[in-house]
Amino acid sequence: MIEQLSVFIENKAGRLAELTRTLSGAGVNMRALILADTAEFGVVRIICDRPHDAKRVLEENGFGVSITQVIAVQVPDAPGGLAEVLEVFGKEEINVEYAYCFVEPGSEYAVDIFKVDDERATAVLQNAGLKVVPSEQLYARD
Amino acid sequence: MYQPEFEAMPTEELRGLQLDRLRTVLRRVYDNVPLYRDKFDAAGVSPEIGSLEDLSAFPFTVKNDMRSAYPYGMFAVPLKEIVRVHSSSGTTGQITVVGYTKGDIERWSDLMARTLVCAGATDEDVVQVTYGYGLFTGGLGAHYGSERLGAVTIPISGGNTKRQVQVMKDFGTTILACTPSYALLIAETAQEMGIDLHELPLKAGIFGAEPWSENMRLQVEEILGCKAIDIYGLSEIIGPGVASECSEQHGLHVNEDHFLIEIVDPETLQPVPDGETGEVVFTTLTKEGIPVIRYRTRDISRIIPGECPCGRGFRRMERVTGRSDDMLIIRGVNVFPSQIEQVLAGIPGVAPHYQVILDKRGSMDTVEVHVEVAPDMFFDEIRELEALQNRVRGEIQSALAVSIAVKLVEPKSIERSQGKAKRVIDKRS
Repeated sequence: MIEQLSVFIENKAGRLAELTRTLSGAGVNMRALILADTAEFGVVRIICDRPHDAKRVLEENGFGVSITQVIAVQVPDAPGGLAEVLEVFGKEEINVEYAYCFVEPGSEYAVDIFKVDDERATAVLQNAGLKVVPSEQLYARD
Repeated sequence: MYQPEFEAMPTEELRGLQLDRLRTVLRRVYDNVPLYRDKFDAAGVSPEIGSLEDLSAFPFTVKNDMRSAYPYGMFAVPLKEIVRVHSSSGTTGQITVVGYTKGDIERWSDLMARTLVCAGATDEDVVQVTYGYGLFTGGLGAHYGSERLGAVTIPISGGNTKRQVQVMKDFGTTILACTPSYALLIAETAQEMGIDLHELPLKAGIFGAEPWSENMRLQVEEILGCKAIDIYGLSEIIGPGVASECSEQHGLHVNEDHFLIEIVDPETLQPVPDGETGEVVFTTLTKEGIPVIRYRTRDISRIIPGECPCGRGFRRMERVTGRSDDMLIIRGVNVFPSQIEQVLAGIPGVAPHYQVILDKRGSMDTVEVHVEVAPDMFFDEIRELEALQNRVRGEIQSALAVSIAVKLVEPKSIERSQGKAKRVIDKRS
């Protein structure tokens, strides 16, 4: 499982800048960032190289942070890569709470991130021959 | 005047009547209500008093006494003599019950008839009672007063504003009874419906149950095209009918033959002379069901010295200007922000830090409660955060009995201060 930072922020100008500046000030490098928002608030989800350091420094600066366990799957950077993973979940009736993807420049693979509430998820993916990414491949264990 | 024999009674005679009645009520509560007997004994005071001033040695009654006595512990008569109960406006957690005998209802009807006459009403008027009917004292209080006066009484109760306007127009309403903010909403609705209130026979309104400013009065009078009379009352004392403005609109005449008013310094709790501001304290002189001795209303006001040109002898209290506790009045409902804290403490995912923002949209009070999410145990899914927001809103609403909006805010974003937290930001006035 991958440790993802989830940060609650109000929708107000400059707040996301403060968050990212706080992380850069601590030398944290982000691999992915996605913002899910409503009219009044949002949740910033971040995958970075040192999640626990990042959590501590954000909390020291007044942010509400939690660490969420998500699954990362490596798929070919080609049409149908994501669909294949979702079909496996669908067949097993595993509900995906949210998902997002990122591609490293120059890489032939994409990484799909999933939040699911089902303990079988990792095993189901592996049994289907998909490559579940271990955390070491994305960030240091801090 | 509806009862000039009392309302214009010479002062000396009035004080004599008050003293007689005060002795009777003190004796009655001492004999019939254990709480008062214990309090009087503990304070070393006896119901046999020599003058009205002796009352200042008696212990106060506070809201909490009434809560502890819930439901019937402070009634001074057996239940078979009670014909009606009401409860305080406000909230389920803070409910208090008051009981009325047949005689209480009789006197209350007279008091509300006086109030209507203060507003210029006669038995030829048509009174639209838009105060809520039910446990709240406003609706039935005004209703009985209007019937006592012999006016046409429209028991429409609150809500359905378009129908209020239609009834006002079709039934030829001349006197409107509701909260001042609801009066403004009715006026705005009439405008939207293309009905010009100035062309209707409406001549006055008796508006109360919430604090309002002189500016708001001018606004109400202009937009409704009628005289706006401020009335005052609270369920613990009787409901509406405790005090009312007359046509002079300069202070509210306290019905002193039934209620003894004192103004006390909120710090020292010592009575202050007429003209000085302090907390209003009432003693009921004629109530049978639930007489109350030296009840601390927490309302801040003063006695306006001097005589009123209207000829009434009763002293006038100034419009209530504030509270000596944290109570807010939102759309006529009593709200204690401290209750919000209790609610939040029971909900995982949020911190018990909150701020209440009061504002107005048009004429209606709006309430937004800002609540901090818990620092590290919030939900990471929008759906769950929205469910949390809805739960917080639902639970606060059911505790406070007013509708509110909730905004989830970041941890530690609400200012912490030394001493008293700034829990309420009131942008209404």
